[in-house]
Amino acid sequence: MRPFTYSRAASVEEAAKTAATQGARFIAGGTNLLDLMKLQIETPTHLIDVNHLGLDRIEPTAEGGLKIGAMVRNTDLAADKTVRRDYAVLSRALLAGASGQLRNKATTGGNLLQRTRCPYFYDTRMPCNKRQPGSGCGAIKGMSRSLAILGTSDACIAQHPSDMAVALRLLDAQVDAVGADGGRRSIPIADFHLLPGETPHIENALKPGELITSVTLPKPLGGTHVYRKVRDRASYAFALVSVAAVFGKDGRSRFAFGGIGAKPWRTDAADAAAPSGAAAVAEAALSGARPTAQNAFKQQLTARTLASLYRQKGA
Amino acid sequence: MKFDTPATTNPIDRGRVIGIPHDRIDGPAKVTGTAPYAYERHDAAPNAAYGWIVGSAIAKGRIGAIDLRAAEAAPGVLGIVTHQNAGPLGKGNFNTAHLLGGPQIEHYEQAVALVIADTLENARDAARLVRIDYAPEQGRFDLAAERDKGVPPPPGFGGPADTKTGDFEAGFAKAAVKIDQSYTTPDQSHAMMEPHATTAAWNGDKLTLWTSNQMIAWSVGEMAKTLKIPPENIRLVSPYIGGGFGAKLWVRADALLAALGSRMIGRPVKVAIARPQIPNNTVHRPATIQRIRIGADKQGVIDAIAHEVWSGDLPGGGAETAAQQTRLLYRGPNRLTTHRLSTLDLPEGNAMRAPGEAVGLLALEVAMDELAEACGVDPVELRIRNDVQYDPEAGPQRPFSSRKLIECLREGAERFGWNRRNPKPGQVRDGRWLVGMGVASAFRNNLVGKSGARIGVDAEGHVIVETDMTDIGTGSYTIIAQTAAEMMGVPLEAVTVRLGDSRFPVSAGSGGQWGANSSTAGVYAAAMALRAKLAEKAGFPADKALFEDGLIRLGNQSQPLATLAGREGLWAEDSMEFGDLDKRYAQATFGAHFCEVGVDIDTAEVRVRRMGGAFAAGRILNPKSARSQVIGAMTMGVGAALMEELSVDTRFGFFVNHDMAEYLVPVHADIPQQDVLFIDELDDKSSPMKAKGVGELGICGAGAAVANAIYNATGVRLRDYPLTIDKILAAQRVA
Amino acid sequence: MPEPLSRRGLLQGSAAAAVAIPVLGEAQAAAPGRPGRQKEQARMNAVGLTVNGREVHLQLDPRTTLLDALREHLHLTGTKKGCDHGQCGACTVIVEGRRINSCLTLAVMHEGDHVTTIEGLGTPEKLHPMQRAFITHDGYQCGYCTPGQICSAVAVLEEIEAGIPSHATEDLDRVAFSDSEVRERMSGNICRCAAYPNIVAAIREVAGEDKA
Repeated sequence: MRPFTYSRAASVEEAAKTAATQGARFIAGGTNLLDLMKLQIETPTHLIDVNHLGLDRIEPTAEGGLKIGAMVRNTDLAADKTVRRDYAVLSRALLAGASGQLRNKATTGGNLLQRTRCPYFYDTRMPCNKRQPGSGCGAIKGMSRSLAILGTSDACIAQHPSDMAVALRLLDAQVDAVGADGGRRSIPIADFHLLPGETPHIENALKPGELITSVTLPKPLGGTHVYRKVRDRASYAFALVSVAAVFGKDGRSRFAFGGIGAKPWRTDAADAAAPSGAAAVAEAALSGARPTAQNAFKQQLTARTLASLYRQKGA
Repeated sequence: MKFDTPATTNPIDRGRVIGIPHDRIDGPAKVTGTAPYAYERHDAAPNAAYGWIVGSAIAKGRIGAIDLRAAEAAPGVLGIVTHQNAGPLGKGNFNTAHLLGGPQIEHYEQAVALVIADTLENARDAARLVRIDYAPEQGRFDLAAERDKGVPPPPGFGGPADTKTGDFEAGFAKAAVKIDQSYTTPDQSHAMMEPHATTAAWNGDKLTLWTSNQMIAWSVGEMAKTLKIPPENIRLVSPYIGGGFGAKLWVRADALLAALGSRMIGRPVKVAIARPQIPNNTVHRPATIQRIRIGADKQGVIDAIAHEVWSGDLPGGGAETAAQQTRLLYRGPNRLTTHRLSTLDLPEGNAMRAPGEAVGLLALEVAMDELAEACGVDPVELRIRNDVQYDPEAGPQRPFSSRKLIECLREGAERFGWNRRNPKPGQVRDGRWLVGMGVASAFRNNLVGKSGARIGVDAEGHVIVETDMTDIGTGSYTIIAQTAAEMMGVPLEAVTVRLGDSRFPVSAGSGGQWGANSSTAGVYAAAMALRAKLAEKAGFPADKALFEDGLIRLGNQSQPLATLAGREGLWAEDSMEFGDLDKRYAQATFGAHFCEVGVDIDTAEVRVRRMGGAFAAGRILNPKSARSQVIGAMTMGVGAALMEELSVDTRFGFFVNHDMAEYLVPVHADIPQQDVLFIDELDDKSSPMKAKGVGELGICGAGAAVANAIYNATGVRLRDYPLTIDKILAAQRVA
Repeated sequence: MPEPLSRRGLLQGSAAAAVAIPVLGEAQAAAPGRPGRQKEQARMNAVGLTVNGREVHLQLDPRTTLLDALREHLHLTGTKKGCDHGQCGACTVIVEGRRINSCLTLAVMHEGDHVTTIEGLGTPEKLHPMQRAFITHDGYQCGYCTPGQICSAVAVLEEIEAGIPSHATEDLDRVAFSDSEVRERMSGNICRCAAYPNIVAAIREVAGEDKA
């Protein structure tokens, strides 16, 4: 961990302003940032603690949706009565992630910014375009079993590791942020995470210094909410494949996927294929997949996971 | 004391304390966090500076130049150890690669420097400023590619490289039923919870190491050899060890570099190997390729059996002796076992819990399942039919000291409800789960080793035992206390046990499941000596005196031990030496594993639903901690079956998934009910304790039972461990 | 010969080529003239905590994790460092009533917080019921993950009591004690000795759910 200075922000505006200075980073739960700082994958010179800005509330919106403060802990979000009732897929996704201890610290905003678990990203002696642009990708011809098959590029095949973000993608959440100039904007979740392309180190649409203040959910979808996470052990592991789904009573359903994409993955075509069944959804969702020999199984596993959801839905 | 004839009735047989389930006497210290581990010796070495290891960025080659300027200029840095300033160093007999690399680099993450600073934060940061130029060389990292270059390894703990009995080829050729399959097991990481750690301090030319180490006396010798100083100048202290599983049988880089660093800066230094460094810096269980051929008659009775094993290690390293159990487990006149060792430039392979059997049985016991199916014989019955009561390579003149495999299979099957198993795979559904059951034999050699102890009684009648034996979670503290209590006729609470210090008599140490039986036998020997002294003081004939209730008794005469001990206390020291009973008799521990799994009908996720096993391992000294040893090992077997694999990047020559987020071991949610039955057994040829090892038996065969249960659930036979979702899906697609 | 990658092409290509391996973060860090690299101590921050009911005041490097503050500064070594990266749970402590991984949080972020460690739960002379139950059920072996398991276990029972759901909860609105709930909730505490069923038995007893 490189030396840094530390300050507690007194207001959202002050935090955003301070963050615009070179080398500054926000720290919220710290569960991912400190992990990466110890390995010098992240090397901020100044940390702005944004835990005390009152961003920890969950409130209804005028539109009938829900505004989730960026500092709401994963545990609290999953346990929130409204979320449990109206956005159960979000509760389920959160509870499928990490451990109880981590969920007690990890925040809504921080989880959106969680970085990949690609092992080449994690070993600073290895080439990684995400960590060190231009150094190459160790994973494409290396150990890629856990990595992405969709949205990847020749520069990077890292998977997005979040469960929560998959549910937010499914729910068409908006990410609310405040900029260094105090300006506020909302970014649709679909546009929030960026594909790697030639610039895998640029992972989201936030501008330097921009602080996530909340995540807003539109009004509830109804329907049956499920989140199914398939992994190599029963708990406390990242997804090989995860599927978030809302099955509507009208036969219309929607799907989002984790573990397979360079970002939380969702396609209109997959949603449209819902009435045709699991195989059709899988085919639509996996269109354009570029698997390696090691992670090609994720295509079949995605289809199987969807089949499982359809089977349970019918049961 | 020498143990060279089978034990007769002795004070241990009284069984008032020994053989009874007891809470661990070290429990209160462990559950309150007051038991001190190696990195926590603020009491013994206050003001210790912090060392951080720099690991090699290449797998093979040479260091060209080292630039320490930036690191030395960093805040708080007190010194930096490299091969350039460490002075001449030797290498321990048990280390394959040098603990401090340079100029030659032998494997990835080999320690090349230790940065010492006033704080952990400063040391860790400055370590990243050490600049090293490497001249890399091409290495060999792919076992499959190097397999055919394998040579017979030198004989070691696993016996000779090859054995041959009868004529395997002829027997196999004419067999009515033949199994010929290959299996692979991956490199595995011990992943004990406490990282390798050492606090080192010099006082003049005397070195003290508070370290986490299973083998105190070995490691004193190894450190002496490496540092080129007399062993009597080294003290090793290791009272609590946060798991080892073989990884801490040896001195590792933390101990050497803490010692060198402390010498350099003239102040205590402590070093822990960082978790992401452990898999590549330290040791691992080597991967294997195994071929098993079994020829049997139509009833499944084996006539010919061959087990060939290929593994790799650094130059000068050893083989994974995965054919060991096949030499002893089943009958058959025509036998062949071979081990071949290839040179690999991966990190150092070495012993991990039940080296040999743990992975050998992953192959053999699946092959037996395949044989059972080919013959249409129940897998439990097949194993019973192939039981043999003598060493099948040596013949009836070398019987087993005791062997209750059949009892384990029968009673284990009964308890598990084996008769509810549908022999036809893929038939049982429970909701979205396909359900199956599997069985496997458990087998692990019983090793014994010379072990010493000192035992005393003080003026309060309190008994104290000192031995350099270690407790790595195995329960040594408690079984040693039980032994002393039983021998001296005092309650368990009246015994204090001090372990893990090289100032104490040399014990067998903890490894190869030899520790419990050997070390308590050493305490037995010392206690016999103390009993003799006390009897002499009391004026009683030693062989007639009874020790009970804190008294020495003869008829209706008695004297308190406290009085006899007097103000000075009374001490005795002895060790148990083992004769050739383990040559005249085959000695091993046996068991049977049963497992029920569910396999998701769509996603192929595997969940162990329940496990059960029956085990025969001589006298069970403390059934409570022994059961914990067994269930823990069973769980490690589940890990081996389902998830554990160090993935090799054969381009760069390293284990890619080198932390606990990527190298998965079982968590709570993976492990359901586990049932353990110990079969009554006393082995009078093993030691006066009539006990055998039990700490490794539980892993032996456990993973194969899981694999066989997956087959029974799904009809998918997998032979490449771990049996992950992707492999099951691929096999289902082919099927 | 594997296909060379851009950076390693050199490495693989010629054994004679001396390559400076730390080309990534290290190279940047070692660049001359970089600020903050003079031989000076890091700026210290004053941190006040209440640990096991006792107020403590420390001067800490902002890089110091709560775990290292406990172990290295307060000498409360009951809290263990197993991985230092949030992957094992050995460092679990209870902060403001919630269990967290103390390795993945900075001490300086906890100004004014109440921290309970294993030492605050009980002592060998006065054991917490959960500590007692771990002994009774042999819910440990080497003892290294044990303090984290116990802190986690104590908090898990409170989480269930508070109705906080888990991955194992079938109906999100009906949270109740069960073995499978405990197994799921305790999964962030790895025990390589694998005393898992014994730990579950200990927790079951403390929860008053022991049917035995």
